[in-house]
Amino acid sequence: MRCDQVAPHLGDAASGRSLLDGDERHHVEHCLRCQAELVQYRKLLRALRTLRTEVIEPAPGLLAEVLAAVESAAEHGAVVGILRGRKVVYVGGLAAAATAAAAGGALVIVNRSRRRIRIAS
Amino acid sequence: MPSDVAALVSAAKTGDRQAFDELVRQTYAETYTLAYRLTGNEEDARDVTQDAYLRAFKGLKRFRGDAQFSTWMYRITANCSATHLGRRRRHRHDQLFDDAPVADDAPGTSPELRAEAGDLRARLTAAVDRLPPKLRAVVMLRDVYDLPHEAIAAELNISESAAKVRLHRARRQLREDLFPLPAEEAARAV
Repeated sequence: MRCDQVAPHLGDAASGRSLLDGDERHHVEHCLRCQAELVQYRKLLRALRTLRTEVIEPAPGLLAEVLAAVESAAEHGAVVGILRGRKVVYVGGLAAAATAAAAGGALVIVNRSRRRIRIAS
Repeated sequence: MPSDVAALVSAAKTGDRQAFDELVRQTYAETYTLAYRLTGNEEDARDVTQDAYLRAFKGLKRFRGDAQFSTWMYRITANCSATHLGRRRRHRHDQLFDDAPVADDAPGTSPELRAEAGDLRARLTAAVDRLPPKLRAVVMLRDVYDLPHEAIAAELNISESAAKVRLHRARRQLREDLFPLPAEEAARAV
């Protein structure tokens, strides 16, 4: 096994999230270059983890901007909700009116046809 | 009103606007920090932070609480940042600013150690800024914010294997930059 075959796995091995397989481990145990690289990766990962505790201070005004954007989205959502509710009422009203008209029309047709049958008999 | 994040999330999910605002207050600096690290400049970081909270607000009912709220926000921020950077690449040139003020939450024990740690941190921050945005995003999300490969791939719209390759490249570039091996140092000196 060569150094360039082991190299892609050294970072993960240094992080402790994965282990080197038998051949890789055997290579590293006998290769000073890979051992040194593993140590340097450990240093790098330790340094990267320190960034986790750092907070970059946002410029003043960001909080107010975010809260205003959320407020605006909430209002928009409420308006859309109301309009959706109205749409349901309109559609419901139209459907009821159409049903009533159809029922009325059917009654008129039935009455007329009954009258015609009576006259004929 | 509840003060801890989990209780605020529960209240906000029931439609409590004040609880959501309080969640923003408690977490926005951290979200901004990640956005800044991913985008590399203040203006984009502000836009990404705002987008991220809007998405969180609209999608809060879908947050199941399997992960912490902060982890959920990291994922949203990563996704917003990828979208934002993609859009920016199409419209204008990259600009990098490295003068944002930094507050240190974990001071070292002695002045010497703090100075040493501060120096390393400054070099690390500069090295991270020099990474191409695609590599920077993966190494930040994995090695600083501890997101799994699967989540990183999903939020950056790449395959898991692409995320792993980018991580390896980013780590190698940072290692060569900050902790070069003697042979690499010699080659650089020539």
